[in-house]
Amino acid sequence: MTPQHKATLQRLGPFLALVGVCIALAFMSPNFLTVSNAFDVMRQVSINAVIAFGMTLSILLGGIDLSVGSILAVSSVLAAMSMKSGEGAAVAVGVAVIAGAVMGSLNGVVIAKGKVAPFIATLGTMTLLRGVALVLSNGSPISDFSSNLFAMLGGGYVARLIPVPVVAMLVMFAVFWFVLTRTVFGRHVYATGGNAEAAKLSGVDTDRVQILVYTVSGAMAAIAGVILTSRLDSAQPTAGAGYELDAITAVVLGGTSLAGGRGWIFGTLVGALLIGVLNNGLNLMGVSAFYQLVVKGAVILLAVLLDRGGKT
Amino acid sequence: MNLTMKGISKSFGPVRVLDGVDFAIAGGEIHALVGENGAGKSTLMKILCGAHTADAGSILIDGEPVTIRSTREGEALGIAIIHQELNMIPQLSVLDNLFLGREPNHFGVIERGRMEAQARSWLSKVGAAQVEPERRAETLSIGLQQLVEIAKALSLNARVLIMDEPTASLTEREITTLFVIMRELKARGVGIVYVSHRMEELFSICDKVSVLRDGHFVGERQVAQTNFNEIVQMMVGRELKERFPKREVALGPVRLKVDDLCDEGHIHHIHFEVHGGEVLGMAGLIGAGRSEILNTLFGVNRRTSGEVRLDGRLLAIRRPIDAIAAGLGFVTEDRKSQGLVLGWSLRENSTLVHLAKYAHVGIVNRTAEDAAVKALMEELHIRARDAELDVKSLSGGNQQKVVFAKWLARPPKVLLLDEPTRGVDVGGKAEIYQIINRLAAAGTAIVMVSSELPEVLAMSDRILVMCEGQQAGIFDARTTTQEQIMTAATQGLRAA
Repeated sequence: MTPQHKATLQRLGPFLALVGVCIALAFMSPNFLTVSNAFDVMRQVSINAVIAFGMTLSILLGGIDLSVGSILAVSSVLAAMSMKSGEGAAVAVGVAVIAGAVMGSLNGVVIAKGKVAPFIATLGTMTLLRGVALVLSNGSPISDFSSNLFAMLGGGYVARLIPVPVVAMLVMFAVFWFVLTRTVFGRHVYATGGNAEAAKLSGVDTDRVQILVYTVSGAMAAIAGVILTSRLDSAQPTAGAGYELDAITAVVLGGTSLAGGRGWIFGTLVGALLIGVLNNGLNLMGVSAFYQLVVKGAVILLAVLLDRGGKT
Repeated sequence: MNLTMKGISKSFGPVRVLDGVDFAIAGGEIHALVGENGAGKSTLMKILCGAHTADAGSILIDGEPVTIRSTREGEALGIAIIHQELNMIPQLSVLDNLFLGREPNHFGVIERGRMEAQARSWLSKVGAAQVEPERRAETLSIGLQQLVEIAKALSLNARVLIMDEPTASLTEREITTLFVIMRELKARGVGIVYVSHRMEELFSICDKVSVLRDGHFVGERQVAQTNFNEIVQMMVGRELKERFPKREVALGPVRLKVDDLCDEGHIHHIHFEVHGGEVLGMAGLIGAGRSEILNTLFGVNRRTSGEVRLDGRLLAIRRPIDAIAAGLGFVTEDRKSQGLVLGWSLRENSTLVHLAKYAHVGIVNRTAEDAAVKALMEELHIRARDAELDVKSLSGGNQQKVVFAKWLARPPKVLLLDEPTRGVDVGGKAEIYQIINRLAAAGTAIVMVSSELPEVLAMSDRILVMCEGQQAGIFDARTTTQEQIMTAATQGLRAA
């Protein structure tokens, strides 16, 4: 086996793990391998996957975005407030996504211009924005939008089969794939994460790249927030707490390096699906929630250890 | 002691890096080990000190075969190595570094008093008595850190000392000190293996020289009975026609004009002009402000006063992006941290600066990119199987050519070069000089900082000498000598 083959195999490792887990579950639970269950899993995964796509960008830069859960909550509350004030679904979605982008760009500016470590900067905004969500909503959920169009976003189907959130996830995946592999911006993200100084000396506007990446991450969290709000027909100011960790898990399971500069969006999709499939399978088998945590944690450690094993 | 390595072979995977190599060093001798990058010098020395084990061959000390399975065992036999990248822990004190892993202790409690007394005596033996043992290692200059490493080797009772590129980041003065210490060690019977790319030093300090090429032992010579050309021929396996290829270029009009340039305290009132087709060399000691001039011109450091004109037009450069837009290029000093994205392919690295040229509305056209990279590889003689290889796997010379390639996709009006041949072997150097000459012939104005005086003298039309942030003078390269430049670099304006 040549080194190139080995590298390719290793890169596909998470995907092979996903296939392996699916095969195993198909044998263990007759209800696993059905079309409706497959779309169920993907719908459950979609919110985490959408957040994780944005997280992939910040991690590729060698950074991290801990504020995604709080951005999700603020966007969700703002969308709900627009709906309640009688605006249409389009306006509510627009408000949420723009707000998410603005909050994300705030992270980006603090990190790029203020030269604050991403972990610290987004830890700060995570707390701050959670407060904002509570202030805006006065601490209580905002529910009942009575809009069929808005309810479609989280609960509707395309062609009466594919859930709308799944379509949203796949479209986002395609867009991210294209941007990261084919565009100048994508190349600049990898360059900044791989060697920021060399990138800057080569004329890459690394500040702009950072700000854009965190803006996109915020917008993605807002999109996830819209899906969640629509699905629950309710906006919770406490929603999204801990989502940043699920997203980071998906990114890392997918093989993207926390050191930056190396990774791919397909891995993140696979990572998110792997978490979802495990949840679903363990539920179908009637494993208790307590043991589920144990199994999930063990799988994460195992995956990361296997990934390291190839590098030495 | 007499140390002999016989028939040493070593492979990494399918790659055979050493093939039946012989090497011998006696006590009281300074023995140079030379060869191009990838010739196997480092591997051979790692086997000697115990960091690697050989696949075949034997090591004899005073005729007795020994096995060295770890650096610990190597040290126990009296073999110590000083790596090019020094091995100190920057946040620890000199004292702690000297005794790391073998602290004298009493039931686990470190005996600092004893440690300090011993440390002082070793430091004074290597001429570093002025170093306080309590100082943190990172506060010492590279030169002093190196002396501390030598002191550590002595404390291990080393009788064979391997020094890997010890002068690469030292100032001229520090090199002089180092050579004095090396001669003292030699007089005390220590054998020193000296690995270096700097041929001039080899002739001034070494007794013998052994040459490796492509993992083979080519030969051993007495330094007194050989010359530069013979050694280089042994290293590259052919006669190198000219060390510095000639350039016949008629100078064009002034391209770059710098007036009264100052930054935030490193450089003061710098004036110079560079014509199209001209190479302006910059000489001076490390820290004299040469690199800072380039960094300020390129918008990395902040310009606090002065004017920069390109083809008569006033430039307002605040960031590297502005400099690139104006037509400047910058081959930086440290290609690993500033020049290349390691882990990236040759293709991605070479198109990073001018990627937009191969893109339409932000989308990269891979066909155009691949074609451009292929052309650059041919133009610069970059030797690599294909453009998708990780730049990490290339030799120093080829890596440096990739850094040049970044700038050549659009020929720059002005190209700034900071130590363009550092860590590049003799053959690679000649090729880089040819690239510089071709650029000059195409009308580029070139500013080249270099610490290798023969290179500055041979490659420049004029030489600007820096001393402690001040411009000590501009000399005509055809009529000036190394001594004049060194005088200006050490004494500054008084000499000029």
